[in-house]
Amino acid sequence: MKARVTVTLKTGILDPQGKAIEGALRSLGVEGVASVRQGKVFDIEIEDSDRAKAEALLKQAADKLLANTVIENYRVDVLG
Amino acid sequence: MKAAVLVFPGINRERDMARTLKLVSGSAPAMVWHADTELPAGTDLVVIPGGFSYGDYLRCGAIAARSPIMDAVRGFAGKGGLVLGVCNGFQILCEAGLLPGVLMRNAQLRFICRDVYLRVERSDTPFTRDYNAGQVIRVPVAHGEGNYIADGETIARLEGEGRVIFRYSSPDGMIDPNWNHNGAINAIAGIIGERGNVLGMMPHPENHVEPAIGVTDGRGLFAGLVDHLKRAA
Repeated sequence: MKARVTVTLKTGILDPQGKAIEGALRSLGVEGVASVRQGKVFDIEIEDSDRAKAEALLKQAADKLLANTVIENYRVDVLG
Repeated sequence: MKAAVLVFPGINRERDMARTLKLVSGSAPAMVWHADTELPAGTDLVVIPGGFSYGDYLRCGAIAARSPIMDAVRGFAGKGGLVLGVCNGFQILCEAGLLPGVLMRNAQLRFICRDVYLRVERSDTPFTRDYNAGQVIRVPVAHGEGNYIADGETIARLEGEGRVIFRYSSPDGMIDPNWNHNGAINAIAGIIGERGNVLGMMPHPENHVEPAIGVTDGRGLFAGLVDHLKRAA
């Protein structure tokens, strides 16, 4: 079973990397970008095929390691 | 002093730290591997040195903070044991939840390796008893992620409880954005935990302890710890 955990910075947390990417896009002539915030994507394969169990497992993984909830939010998607 | 220096894969300042501890205290520290589950009997100071544990993968210090030895460190700190985390060690302490907040990418996005000035905010801690409050010391930094941040409530509590121990300052002790090289909130360079026995700091006091280097401003931190432990014994 495939799943994806997306980790993003909480609103209000300064994101120097996102700012730099934003500036780089502008200097490349990519127009119309108002702002950029960067984050992380984890593609995870799960042994179990039970959806509810998979979601619980991924939530645990995110809380324990994948995200630092002081500064980051995460979203769990079980893709099936 | 019976110090224990933790060693994680990717840490590279453990020998500087061990050398300084031996130089100042007279006894060599135990080097403790991350997979160990116990600290050596009689340990009275745990030091988490700098470096790049696990290649800074995921987030700086994130993986090291979850290694087996950290449960022992948590237990040790819970009983009032002294813990010092420098650079990556500070990041590990934050990730382990032993200190609040987090170290973000430097505001200017550059790795910074140079001497900085720190204003010592308090002299009544086991880590700063050899300094005077307001004293400015010169020590090196070497990090890409030293930009301290926490939510507003946490910062207010840290400030209200006097838990900011070191701030980046000018050579004469002024807090000024031009001297806050990594953009840390309130120019925070080092903080202590609620009970005052856990210190995390980005700069490296262990590298300024010998006259041959030219500056010995970092020595006071270790000399103060030796003195504190001697009195406590």
